[in-house]
Amino acid sequence: MVLLTLMAAITIGIVRIRNLFGVVVLSGIYSFLMASVMIVLDAVDVAMTEAAIGAGISTVLMLGALYLTKTHESDPIHSQIPALFIAIVIAGVLVFGTLDLPPFGEATNPIHLNVANYYLENSIKQTTVPNVVTSVLASYRGFDTLGETAVVFTAGIGVLMLLRGRRKSKAAKDQERQNEA
Amino acid sequence: MKLDLILRVTTKLLLPFILMFAFYVQFHGDFGPGGGFQAGAMVAAMVFLYSITYGLPAAQNAVPPGLAQMMIPVGVLIYTGVGVYAMFNGGQFLNYSVLTEDAPHAQALGILLVESGVLITVAGTFVSIFYVFAGRGR
Repeated sequence: MVLLTLMAAITIGIVRIRNLFGVVVLSGIYSFLMASVMIVLDAVDVAMTEAAIGAGISTVLMLGALYLTKTHESDPIHSQIPALFIAIVIAGVLVFGTLDLPPFGEATNPIHLNVANYYLENSIKQTTVPNVVTSVLASYRGFDTLGETAVVFTAGIGVLMLLRGRRKSKAAKDQERQNEA
Repeated sequence: MKLDLILRVTTKLLLPFILMFAFYVQFHGDFGPGGGFQAGAMVAAMVFLYSITYGLPAAQNAVPPGLAQMMIPVGVLIYTGVGVYAMFNGGQFLNYSVLTEDAPHAQALGILLVESGVLITVAGTFVSIFYVFAGRGR
């Protein structure tokens, strides 16, 4: 509860602050709090990922972006009322969606009744791997993880092509200009 | 640059421990939390840390951009390679049980190989994205 309150406070801070450097630092703190929430929920793997990627890597990437742009958010040109309306509607839909979720931690929830028990009972017998998360990820759901790796691969290649392609074409233009001169 | 001294020395001290912890997370993923994705992110974070304290050229000297870019497809190839190898050994695609004689241990071996593929792809992707991103300002 303390963590969630702090997260709400930081979100308000991110919205209010106009200095983008402060926003980047605050979103790093937000990620760390999120990681702590994940630890409280016993999802250590997710917490690790959140701490490394959310707080570490994306903060550095944001700082790199900040280096390329201005560090101050410009004042809004258009009226913000429609944006506020859309945000409230989406938040309402999301909250309405959570009403249908089964109660947290109940033993009769659908997630505990299907394949999860099979994994828990057979993981050590079939794979000798005591960490069920790992054996589900890499063995029982190997195709999913292959797909995830392919997604990371595609995203990486795509970003590389976007960012480097433009630079290369600029260099080529410079070359042409030099050749003309 | 005299003020950087503490930062530089601390970074140098921390780097091997970060790398060691990344490999711990990778190879201990069978027993504790973690796996290829987390370990890959940590390896990438280590390169980031080196790069923001020592500068981009120093980091690119240690981990060449070409190597980082090559790691992206190599990881996916390792993953699919394990799957195809299992097919040649008479199983289905990605069925690790046929990798060695002893089926459960073959599963553990397959998981380890596949996770290392994930580590290589993730680390390569993050590092190369960071390189092109940080190199844009010049």
